[in-house]
Amino acid sequence: MTPSRIFSDHTGIKSRHGALIRGSARERFLPFVVAGLLLALAAFAMFRLEFSLGRLGPGIVQLGTFLGLMIPPSPGGHLASLAKALAETVAIAFLGTLLAAVLAFPLGFLAARNTMANAVVRFMTRRFSDTIRGVDTLIWALIWINVVGLGPFAGVLAIMTSDIGSFSKLYSEAIEAIDRKGSEGVLSTGGSSLHAIRFGIVPQVMPVLISQVLYYFESNTRSATIIGIVGAGGIGLHLAEMIRTYDWDKVAFIILMILVTVAIIDFLSSKLRLAIVGKRSLTS
Amino acid sequence: MASAIPVLPDQRIAELSAPYREALAAKRRTTLVGLLVLAVLTMAAARVAEVDPGKFLANISRFTDYFGRLFYLDTGKLVFTDVAEWFWGFGKWARHIVDTLLIAYLGTLLGAIFGFFLCFAATVNMAVSPAQRFVARRFLEFCRTVPELVFALIFVVAFGLGPVPGVLAIMIHTLGALGKLFAEVVENIDMKPVEGAIAAGATRWQAIRYAVVPQVLPNFASYALLRFEINVRGASVMGFVGAGGIGAELIEAIRKFYYSDVSAILVLIIATVMVIDVVTERIRHGLISPEHAR
Repeated sequence: MTPSRIFSDHTGIKSRHGALIRGSARERFLPFVVAGLLLALAAFAMFRLEFSLGRLGPGIVQLGTFLGLMIPPSPGGHLASLAKALAETVAIAFLGTLLAAVLAFPLGFLAARNTMANAVVRFMTRRFSDTIRGVDTLIWALIWINVVGLGPFAGVLAIMTSDIGSFSKLYSEAIEAIDRKGSEGVLSTGGSSLHAIRFGIVPQVMPVLISQVLYYFESNTRSATIIGIVGAGGIGLHLAEMIRTYDWDKVAFIILMILVTVAIIDFLSSKLRLAIVGKRSLTS
Repeated sequence: MASAIPVLPDQRIAELSAPYREALAAKRRTTLVGLLVLAVLTMAAARVAEVDPGKFLANISRFTDYFGRLFYLDTGKLVFTDVAEWFWGFGKWARHIVDTLLIAYLGTLLGAIFGFFLCFAATVNMAVSPAQRFVARRFLEFCRTVPELVFALIFVVAFGLGPVPGVLAIMIHTLGALGKLFAEVVENIDMKPVEGAIAAGATRWQAIRYAVVPQVLPNFASYALLRFEINVRGASVMGFVGAGGIGAELIEAIRKFYYSDVSAILVLIIATVMVIDVVTERIRHGLISPEHAR
């Protein structure tokens, strides 16, 4: 789309207001500088991480072979044990989310500016939750395996730990975003600050918190499918095993099972969210 | 002043309070039933997941013990007393952290580029046909629902050990996640510039270039940065399955009980994640706020 000559005196306008039409030097060159830097960094990354066509080509061909072997997906006679592992996965996600949601509840209030006046406590709570959030669920799973041994219980604890960090951050943000009038009303009629939290803040934030917890339940189901890779229970163990033994039809079957489960949980949790929260948006 | 408050006649109060009590009781019943269902589900889940509070309590000392041991060197001294000994492998670990960041960066960049080209097909307002939209949406869903570590496991078999499968796994997951977010942004744009461009004879991609991209670019960039932040965390565990980065060092240290190494690597990872969080948040605020000010 080259600019067409709409105006009769096109060249005249261009010569008089050239600076406005072309924009400042910064506006003109900044996109190229940014794109150049991004590409240079990408090229450096490809060089350092040993990306090469000689490696990508055969890999893609192999992937094609695997895809061919995946059809048709089949449980290969392990349907019962796979279903049990999948139930375990959902149970891990459910319990982990629930425990984290309960345990993070007081932390959310400790980290919110309007319920915790003490800046030191607030700062400590926030750094604490930042720290446990910085460690991936899988790392927590490895640590908990050292404590309670291999099995799904370690998975529950791992999901719980990493979610406590996320929830206390989300909770405190929801608490800070509330309308103050409710708690002011409670305080003005002689309620204590605990009363203000119970009757002025909790009723306001509860629907927001519940809908966030439901969102996390869905994403935790996905996390729970992989913690089995390190031995913390669930379907991940089977999946990793089937990939290692090149049982591609079973791999495809397990992936399909995961997709269907996640879709069902997504559907249920959005129904539940609608029933509890109504049609208002998450941030309000 | 108390007399100024009108007192309702008793009969009226009774009339009003009966439905109030009823409504309250109904609400209590709903909450109670909800809690009961939750309790039953919890018990069932606890059975399936082999939750054992007894074992937990019996072994909780091992947890504190483990964390305690993380902060002691082999020599028995606290790690803080000899930082040079604690971070003996700093050069090696720093190189792996850089690799992790590069994996996250390259995965995010490639995923964002593919997500950009795919997102328009998944929108209500820019897709060519409902069929195209359906296919694009299902594809994006697939990419983001399968965990990236599963892709990594498969790619490690296909491409061999190393960072390449890690980058590709993160790329596919990012493309699914960003494609969806990008599509939502595109669905909320002002369509007038698009109509103008098409009326002036623009093709679909020309309309996207001149009428859509200027509206959505700050939001796209902001989402991509947010994703980068998430991907740094994701890349830190790619090494668990042999897909490059610091994860390989970490899992080796955990498996071989090199306690002080575990804590040193964790400190490096947490510090990196925090720095990336702060930096990307700064950039994102810079991207979004001038747009709103205009």
